[in-house]
Amino acid sequence: MCTYLTEKVAISGSAKGASGWFRVTEGSVYFDHPVHAPYGHTLNIDFLAPEQGPSARVAIELNAESARALMKAIEAVLESAPPGLE
Amino acid sequence: MSDAIIAESTMISGHGGETIEAYSARPLEPGNQIGGVVVIHHMPGYDEGTKEIARKFAVHGYNAVVPNLYWREAPGASPDDAAAAARAKGGVPDDRLVGDVAGAAEYLKGLPTANGKVATIGYCSGGRQSFLAAVSLPLDAAVDCYGAFVVGTPPEGMPLKVGPIVDKTPDLSCPLLGLFGADDQHPSPDQVAELEAALKAAGKTYEFHSYEGAGHAFFSVNRPAYRPEAATDGWQKIFAFFGKYLS
Repeated sequence: MCTYLTEKVAISGSAKGASGWFRVTEGSVYFDHPVHAPYGHTLNIDFLAPEQGPSARVAIELNAESARALMKAIEAVLESAPPGLE
Repeated sequence: MSDAIIAESTMISGHGGETIEAYSARPLEPGNQIGGVVVIHHMPGYDEGTKEIARKFAVHGYNAVVPNLYWREAPGASPDDAAAAARAKGGVPDDRLVGDVAGAAEYLKGLPTANGKVATIGYCSGGRQSFLAAVSLPLDAAVDCYGAFVVGTPPEGMPLKVGPIVDKTPDLSCPLLGLFGADDQHPSPDQVAELEAALKAAGKTYEFHSYEGAGHAFFSVNRPAYRPEAATDGWQKIFAFFGKYLS
C-alpha cells in the first residue's frame, strides 16, 4: 500500500548528495514503499533543501528494525555528549 | 508485420492544457490500426519499471503512453526525487489525474496507427487512478491492479488527499478488469468484495481475479512482493481483456 504517512521536521545542518555538500532545512520521515531497499515498506528519511529543487535530496531507506536501532543510537550519543557542546 | 518498436520521451497536453512529459512506446509497423493503453505509474513514480510495462504493451501490438504525473512538482528530476517531492504534497489531486489521463488518451487517439480505442491500466495508487479515470472519462477498458482506497477511507492522520470513489461505480464507462492479491490489506479482500458488489448492483461488465499467496504489488519484478505465478497469469488476463475490448 502507498501510505503517504509523513512527518515533516525543520532541521538545520548539511548533507552530502550527488553534487556535493549542501545546507538542508527540512526533513521528511515516512513509512512507505522503498525505491531501492529490498523490503515491501521501509522507514525513509529525506534530507531536503526545498528551495534548491527536488534533486537537492539525500535519501535513506531502512527496515523498521534498523530504523529503531538508529533512533536508539542517536539518543544514546546525544545523551552521552559532554554538557555545553550542543 | 515487423516486431520493431519505438520508445521515447515526448511531451503531451495534460490537465488544464499544461504540457507534461510522457513516455511513449509503439509498434513501428503494426500493419493495421491498433488500440492504445494509458499506463498510470505507481507511487514511486515515472520509473524504469513502468516504462518497461509500456514497452511490453508495444511489443504486444498496442500503442502505450505513460504520463509523468509528477512533472509539475519536479520537471526533469530523477523519478525517485520527483516521487519524494510529490508525496510530500500528499500525492496527485484527483482532478489533475483525470485531466492528465484525458490528455494521454487524446495523444493515443491522435497517433496515425490508432483505431480509436483506449484503455487505462494502473498499479498500486495507479490502480485507484485507473478506476477514477474510467468513471470520469469515456474509455473502452480499464484495469485496476490492487488499487487502494477505491473502497475505504485512508486512516486518520494520513495526509493522502484521496477518498473512496466506489460511489461513482454507476458512472463506469467501460469493462473493468481487477487483479488483486488475496493477502493484500490495501485493498483487503472485503474491500474487493464491496467493489464487486457495487459493480454487480450497477450492472457493469467486470472481471475480478484474486491470487492466493500474493499480496500488494505482486507484479513488481524488482520487489520482494513479486509473485511470478500470479504475475504471469495476470499478464495473460490483461492481454486477453485488451484483445477483447481494444481490437
